[in-house]
Amino acid sequence: MLDVSISYNRYKFLGHEFLTWLWFVMENDEPRIKGLDQEPLALRIGNRMVLENRRGDALESITIKGDDAGLEEGLLALRKGAVVTEMNLLYEAGDNQWQFTIKGESLHLVSFRCPQTGPVETEEDVEGAVLEKAYLYEKAIQLTDKLYKEFITLRVSDQWPKKVVPSVKKWIHS
Amino acid sequence: MGTERIPQNTMGLLSRSVSITRYKVQGKLKEPVLETMASCLKKHAIRETDEDVSDKTVGWTSYDRPYAPDFSGSSFNIGTYFVFSLRMDKRTIPPKMLKKHCAIEMAKRLARIDRPYLSSHEKDMIRDDVTSFLRRRIPATPDVYDILWSYEEAFLWFFTTLKSANEDLETLFLKSFEMPLIRLFPYTTADLAMGLSARDRDALLTLSATTFTG
Repeated sequence: MLDVSISYNRYKFLGHEFLTWLWFVMENDEPRIKGLDQEPLALRIGNRMVLENRRGDALESITIKGDDAGLEEGLLALRKGAVVTEMNLLYEAGDNQWQFTIKGESLHLVSFRCPQTGPVETEEDVEGAVLEKAYLYEKAIQLTDKLYKEFITLRVSDQWPKKVVPSVKKWIHS
Repeated sequence: MGTERIPQNTMGLLSRSVSITRYKVQGKLKEPVLETMASCLKKHAIRETDEDVSDKTVGWTSYDRPYAPDFSGSSFNIGTYFVFSLRMDKRTIPPKMLKKHCAIEMAKRLARIDRPYLSSHEKDMIRDDVTSFLRRRIPATPDVYDILWSYEEAFLWFFTTLKSANEDLETLFLKSFEMPLIRLFPYTTADLAMGLSARDRDALLTLSATTFTG
């Protein structure tokens, strides 16, 4: 395996392409997301997205914030050559809702909120609460893993240059 | 005082909003696993730093008792997980406090000598003495970061994305358990955690950034 610090910097574009592709899929190929789990699920963009456009040494950064923020400026940034570097997601399954931000460069999960769990007041509550939280974190993490697996499987295949990139370009410029 | 384990750690993995860095654990502990685990945690548990003057002390602590670690009775084992915490105690001297005490000591020194100035060597000596003096008097500030380790599935979640805390975790984990932690970022996730074939892993190495414009 490559040295960790080299591979972190050399391939961080994969995280940015993943989030850019994910936005495209959420807008244009919802069945692909719904097919990732046996139970019905919904995934949509939450209250924050960051895009970056690097031209030589200059870095342009666009942040879109707010629960009902329009994403037109994001699409405009994509047209100019930007990629998505952070994306807040809302994931719903059954009556439960998760909200979290994926950082493209590191795949860190931040501002990660699970469905509400019961209060922890005594020693007896701790074990149950930890197991419940672990289960809830794992549900959302498994979804992001399935999405990343879909992406990376396409990314290393011929489908990426032949089908995916032309479709993403068409969407960006539509 | 009773011995009941009242939860002291209200932050971390049970809090309303968390941040997670994900790792893959490479290797296995010596059998019997629970005994090995308890022994490694105890050996590298946090030590109280009020007696020494280190800038920083790092060690393991109990998830539910971060200020009184106790790894007895497999208390770190919850369901199929190992749950414990990394504690980092740091002594930080406020810069303005250091500046004030250095100025006082320099004035005292100037009053004792015939010259109207101090050499840079004398100033450095005073600064070192003052730093050491203050460090003995300032208590260490603890930071606690929770860890959830699925031993069977060989993954670990660290509940912070702070770079320094992640570096301390990786160092202490290797020292304690003699197994490396591999941070999961875009390349390592693709290479190690997605079940790609050898051919696809080779293809991964040759990728370069896509241009979606033009």
